[in-house]
Amino acid sequence: MLTIDNLKKHFGSVKAVDHVNLEIKEGEIVSIIGTNGAGKTTLVNLISGYIKPDSGRIQFLDKDITYAPPYVRIKLGVGRSFQLIQLFSNSTVLDNVRIALFSKYGMIRRGLLPADRYSSVTDEAIKILDSFSMSDKKNLTPKGLSEGDLKILDIAIAFALKSKLLLLDEPTSGVATNDKFKVMDSIVKAIKKEGISTLIIEHDMDIVSGYSDRVIVMHEGKVIAEGKPNEVMENKEVKATVFGIVS
Amino acid sequence: MVKNPRWIVYSLIFIALLFIPRILSIHDLMLFEYGITFAIVGLGFNLLLGYTGLLSFGHGAYFATGAYTVAMIAKYLPQAYSLEILIPAALFFSMVLSIIFGFVCVRHTKIFFSILALSLSMLLFALLFKLYHITGGSDGLRVPLPTLFGMSFKGIRRPEFLSGTYYYFLLGMFSVSFLVMKGIVNSPFGKALQAIRDNEVRAELIGIRVRRYRLYSFIISGMFVGLGGALWTFVNGHVTADLSHWVFSGEIVYMTLLGGFGIFEGPIVGAIIFTYLKLYAMGNTQYWMFVIGGTLIVLVLLLPNGIAGAFAGLWTKIKKGVEET
Amino acid sequence: MWIIYTLNGLYFAALLFLISLGLNIILGVMGILNLAHGSLYAIGAFIAAWIIITLGTHVPPFFLYVSLLSGLAGVGIVGFLMEKSLIRFMYKRTLEYQLLLTFGALMLLEDVIKMIWGGQAYYASAPFELLGKVDIFGNVYPAYFLFVMFIALIAGLLIWLFMSKTKLGIMLRAISLDREMATGLGLDITGLSTFAFVLGAGLAGLAGALVVPTTPALLGFGHEPLIFGFIVVVVGGLGSLKGALVGSLLVGFTRSFGIAVFPEIELPLLFLIAGIILVVKPEGLFGR
Repeated sequence: MLTIDNLKKHFGSVKAVDHVNLEIKEGEIVSIIGTNGAGKTTLVNLISGYIKPDSGRIQFLDKDITYAPPYVRIKLGVGRSFQLIQLFSNSTVLDNVRIALFSKYGMIRRGLLPADRYSSVTDEAIKILDSFSMSDKKNLTPKGLSEGDLKILDIAIAFALKSKLLLLDEPTSGVATNDKFKVMDSIVKAIKKEGISTLIIEHDMDIVSGYSDRVIVMHEGKVIAEGKPNEVMENKEVKATVFGIVS
Repeated sequence: MVKNPRWIVYSLIFIALLFIPRILSIHDLMLFEYGITFAIVGLGFNLLLGYTGLLSFGHGAYFATGAYTVAMIAKYLPQAYSLEILIPAALFFSMVLSIIFGFVCVRHTKIFFSILALSLSMLLFALLFKLYHITGGSDGLRVPLPTLFGMSFKGIRRPEFLSGTYYYFLLGMFSVSFLVMKGIVNSPFGKALQAIRDNEVRAELIGIRVRRYRLYSFIISGMFVGLGGALWTFVNGHVTADLSHWVFSGEIVYMTLLGGFGIFEGPIVGAIIFTYLKLYAMGNTQYWMFVIGGTLIVLVLLLPNGIAGAFAGLWTKIKKGVEET
Repeated sequence: MWIIYTLNGLYFAALLFLISLGLNIILGVMGILNLAHGSLYAIGAFIAAWIIITLGTHVPPFFLYVSLLSGLAGVGIVGFLMEKSLIRFMYKRTLEYQLLLTFGALMLLEDVIKMIWGGQAYYASAPFELLGKVDIFGNVYPAYFLFVMFIALIAGLLIWLFMSKTKLGIMLRAISLDREMATGLGLDITGLSTFAFVLGAGLAGLAGALVVPTTPALLGFGHEPLIFGFIVVVVGGLGSLKGALVGSLLVGFTRSFGIAVFPEIELPLLFLIAGIILVVKPEGLFGR
């Protein structure tokens, strides 16, 4: 599904992404962990098209998207959510999701009727909100939501793009510890239902081991380990660099 | 649409407007007509400001384009000088200019966008000013009465024209503009513009072509403003290069803010109030700019949502208060 | 002839440099696009004109030149008042509100000028005539224009030294680079912003004062310089001293040679050049 070859991105002397190779298969949930500054968010920015790499290749569904603009990647099926939530602050929860659907279906240029008339799109938006248990809040604006709900909405928007690959940047950061599992449960439930491949950046190891099929560990721009959650957590180098445990 | 109480209010207002020529004196009617042409301008301008989040201090250029299209046809193509040709021509030329200027402007971020929009309108101003043998320069051009679908108004003086056929024509144009803009704003395109306004980055990453839709918004707003400009000429009877000066563009911004750019009807309210405010100030003191400038400052500091916005806010508070008791 | 055009270009550039420098400082440190900058320029012109006319022949010529600095000082004070009463409310607001507030200020100031000085023109040509003409490569050229270029050069040097060598200047640059970080470093943002605005305003006033011996001070005096100032900022890049210098030279020369060759073409040609630069480098030549 997604293949990354020898990807490189340096910011001056900072090697944010340093010759990274990785692969994500269909339907997989893969977590990326690593210390701050390890390059995780840069990697996601490169995949989503927010920035372009210095060298290397990104292939998605057999298409080379290394330098493609964001809208091309979104059309192909790459969606992302944000660590610092990025929402449309003056639109309702329903509209936040609907706009993503309108964009996905190419209706922005062709739709001549008032948005509310497109009942199929509206219904679908409500259905998506339902799968995240948010449909009762559909007429609220982001100002009236809790932190956890804002996070879920952010992901719901990415979800609405019918992505085949979802990039989630710290989906539970800022969420109260008690709510973290609730948030992840609704997210993963929706993901598994559609069989979407997912790449998650996370710091919370409980979340990582609880939901991932595979874990990738990054440090200073490089991938230093890869495998099933429990394997990776036993890895000596991982323990030293990421957890600071030296034996 | 019929279920929505707003439309009942709109319809009632429309019916009331039909009787205006009977109620107002010729002088007041002309003033009102100025207000309506600027209401059309404001509706168009607010698509760009309120809904897309871009502030242009250069929209006078499109007003001038619409206005000069009318004046130039009057001077050089008098056989084509009828409303059914003039209006589409004004729309066409405003569209062309806003495509050219818009293309240059939307490639830039907010501050540069504002500077460029302003500067480009001054470019047009300079051209209109200096090419005086074509455009009349600072003296401008006269705008005689047009024909409409073969109806000629020869022999009729302007005030009669304005209080009769023209008023209803203008009202019709306003209503059409209102409905079209309503449609645009409520459509998926309108929602996309608001998304761009609220979060450009996220909009881009949802697959919205930010630059392209900003350009579309720019063009549509330019056309509405140009239409307003063209309709304005018949009330004013005269066009000058000042219409493209950035200070005039500033007045357009002022009216939109005055009414409130967060609500659809805001610019309409603002246009009408500004027209009266300006005239009142001009009539009472030679320092009217001081008055207008001072009012603007007070407005921005105290009523950032504009007059209509303040009312809407008040209304919401009242509703909430009623609900809670 | 070409020497004259070049010199004229340098003269325009000198004035534009002062204006755009002021705009850039205000824009860089405060993030505010000051639409009233042209009015500040005009006020500088009126203050200087009035003082020169009043002093007339009562004082030695030297003082007439010193009185040009009154433009700098006077407008600096105006800028101070403006910042304290108005601009301070704008920091937290978005660009739209800033533009509107400065637009309101512009209208206010236009009429303030009218209230104080009425609608007539103020001729204060003494400083211009007193310097006479010099011979440059066989061409006769008014020495006053050279004087203006000299002043602009000094001003530029002083600002550059100030910004790079003094503690105050470095603090201002820090704010313009990253306002939040600067707050975190404990800089007195409010005080420094006031200072920046006063400095920017003063430069505009100085430019206006320098122009007055060559052109009478009139209402609407500040409109054209403002537009040119904006073009310089756009072409040279936001917040860049180098950009202001290069941009001013570019616009100055284009204007000078444009007017000489074909008067009507001056503004469109300028825009054409600006447009080409922006297509290649949207942030301006030295912009961030």
